[in-house]
Amino acid sequence: MELAYGHPKSLKPIQTKYCPGCGHGVIHRVIAEVIDELGLQGRSIITNPVGCSIWADLYFDFDSVQPAHGRTPAAATGVKRVLPDHLVICYQGDGDLAAIGTAEIIHAANRGEKFTTIFVNNAIYGMTGGQMAPTTLVGQHATTAPFGRDPIEAGMGYPIRVLEMLATLGGTKYLARGSVNNAANIRKTKQYIKKAFEAQMRGEGFTMVEILSQCPTNWSMDAGESVEWLEKNMIPFYALGEVKNTLEEAAK
Amino acid sequence: MAEDIRLMKGNEAIAEAAIRAGCSAYFGYPITPQNELTAYMARHMLTRKRTFIQAESEVSAINMVYGASAAGARSMTSSSSPGVSLKQEGISYICGADLPAVIVNVARSGPGLGGISPGQADYFQSTRGGGHGDYYHLVLAPKSVQEAADLTYEAFDLADEWRMPAMILADGLIGQMMEGVVLPADRDLAKLPKRPYAVGHQGETGREINHVSSINLVPLELEASVRARFERYAKMKETLVRFEEVQVEDADLVLVAYGTSARVSLGALQEARKAGLKVGLFRPITLWPFPEKRIAELAGKGKRFLAVEMSMGQMVEDVRLAVNGKAPVDFFGRTGGVIPTEDEVLEAARKILGK
Repeated sequence: MELAYGHPKSLKPIQTKYCPGCGHGVIHRVIAEVIDELGLQGRSIITNPVGCSIWADLYFDFDSVQPAHGRTPAAATGVKRVLPDHLVICYQGDGDLAAIGTAEIIHAANRGEKFTTIFVNNAIYGMTGGQMAPTTLVGQHATTAPFGRDPIEAGMGYPIRVLEMLATLGGTKYLARGSVNNAANIRKTKQYIKKAFEAQMRGEGFTMVEILSQCPTNWSMDAGESVEWLEKNMIPFYALGEVKNTLEEAAK
Repeated sequence: MAEDIRLMKGNEAIAEAAIRAGCSAYFGYPITPQNELTAYMARHMLTRKRTFIQAESEVSAINMVYGASAAGARSMTSSSSPGVSLKQEGISYICGADLPAVIVNVARSGPGLGGISPGQADYFQSTRGGGHGDYYHLVLAPKSVQEAADLTYEAFDLADEWRMPAMILADGLIGQMMEGVVLPADRDLAKLPKRPYAVGHQGETGREINHVSSINLVPLELEASVRARFERYAKMKETLVRFEEVQVEDADLVLVAYGTSARVSLGALQEARKAGLKVGLFRPITLWPFPEKRIAELAGKGKRFLAVEMSMGQMVEDVRLAVNGKAPVDFFGRTGGVIPTEDEVLEAARKILGK
C-alpha cells in the first residue's frame, strides 16, 4: 500500500527553533509538500533571508544561499539566471522585503525574474525582538512604536500592501495572499504556492505568495490569541485571495 | 595563431578579457569613469547568451554576483569608487561565504561624490577589507591596458583557486586611455574549475546538500572559520605576491608606486638617471597581498623610499610597515583627481637626495 500522507521528504524531520504558535513551521511544511508533489527536491534552492527564517536552511532538505538583509531578491536573481531550470524560492519576511529590501523586490518583480517569492507577513520584526515593520498596522504596538503605530503625529507611516503595489508592474504574473490561521486558509495558501511554483517552472515571470502569519512572542499573546488577532486585524486590512493572475492558464 | 594587437580603451579591454576568461554572469550599474565597461558587457554578453543585468543599484549588483557565484557561475561586477563603497556590504558577505568573484574598481577621486578624474584614494578600502568583519581579498593593480586585460583574465582563476573576490583596482586613467592590447584566448565554459560547494544539480549528483552562508552564531566555530581563512591568507602571502622592479639594485632612492603613478614615476626615474641620480622604481602589482618582504629586504640594503600616490598617502603606510623603521620613507602625492607630473616627482626625489 502507498503511504497517502506523511512527513514531506523535502523537510528534515527535526524540531525547529521557531516559537510555539509561529507560522513559519506550517509555511515550511506546505512549501515542502508542494516541492514533493512536483518532484523538485533535487532541483530546489532557497534563498533564506535575515530574520527568524534565516534558519530555514536548517529545515529544508535542499540547497540554500543566504544573502544579506533585504538583498534576497538580488541573490535569487543571480541564482535563477544561472540555473533557470531549478525551482528558486526567495523566502522573505516583512522587514527584509518591505523595508531594507524594497528596491530589490520592486526591481526583481519588474524584471519579471522567474523565481517565486514567499513573503511571510507577521506585521512585526521577529528575530530582533518586536520592532515596528512596514506592515505593522496603525495602532499596533511594537518596541519602536511603544504607544502604537502613529502615522500622523509620530510620522510612522502607514502599513504597506506590497502585493497591490507590485501588481502595477509588467513583470509580475501571479500575486496571491494567503494565511495560516486555520486549515482552510492553509489549504488555499498551498494552492497558491503550487500555482506559483508551476508558473515559475514554465518560466512565465515573477510570482509571489504573501502569507499572513502569527508572531505570538512579539505580539505578546499566546498562540490562540494570536490567531484571533490575525483574523480580527490583519485579514480585514490585507485581503486574502489572488491579487493578480495573468498566467497563461488563467487566460485560457 | 597569435592574435593581432587591438587598440582598445582600458574599460573595454577589461570587459573583453573577462568574457574570454569565462565570465558568464555580469551585473553592473552606471557610474563614470567605467561606463564603457558595462556597455561593452551588455552588448557582448547578450550576444553570447550570457547573463547581463543592469541592476537597480550597486548594492543589488554585488548581491546578484553573490547569488550567481553561489550557483557556480564566474560572475563579475564593475564600478567606480562611490559605487564600490556601496558594494562593500556584499563583498563582506562574499568573503564570509568563501565565494569567488571579480570586482573591478576604475577608481576616481573622493571623498563623497568627489570628482570623476583618476584617483588612488581607495587603497585603504580595497586592501583592508572595506566592509565589516575580519577579512581580506586579493587586489591587483594594473599599470597599462595590456596588464588590465591580463590581470582581469587571471583574476577569475585566482578567485576560484583561493575562493575569494579578486579586485582589479585600476584608476580612471587606465580605464579611459587607449593602448594596444593582445587579448588572451577564449576559455571553454565547460572546462572551467568545478565548484563542489556551489548550489544546484543536487538531485543529479546525489551529493550532500550545500548551504552557502556566512552566518555562525557559535563564537568558537566562527573563530575557527575566520582563523582557517587567515591561514589561507598566509599561504597567499607566500605564493602570490607580485611586483616589478626597475633599476632597484644600485638605487639610493626607490620610488614605490602602482598604476598610473607608477607610469609617472618611471618617467621621473628616466629623467633622474639622465641627471646621474640613482633612482629606482618598485611597483607593487598585488596590493593585497602587499610585497612587504621584498621591501623589507631592500630597506635592509640601505635604500631610502619615496612613495608616490594619487592620494594624500595610503600605500605609504604599508611601505612604512614593511620597512619597520629600518630606512627613511618619504611621500609625494597629488589628490582630488590631479595626476602628478614627472617633474614634480623628480623634484621630490632631488630634495630627498639633496641634489
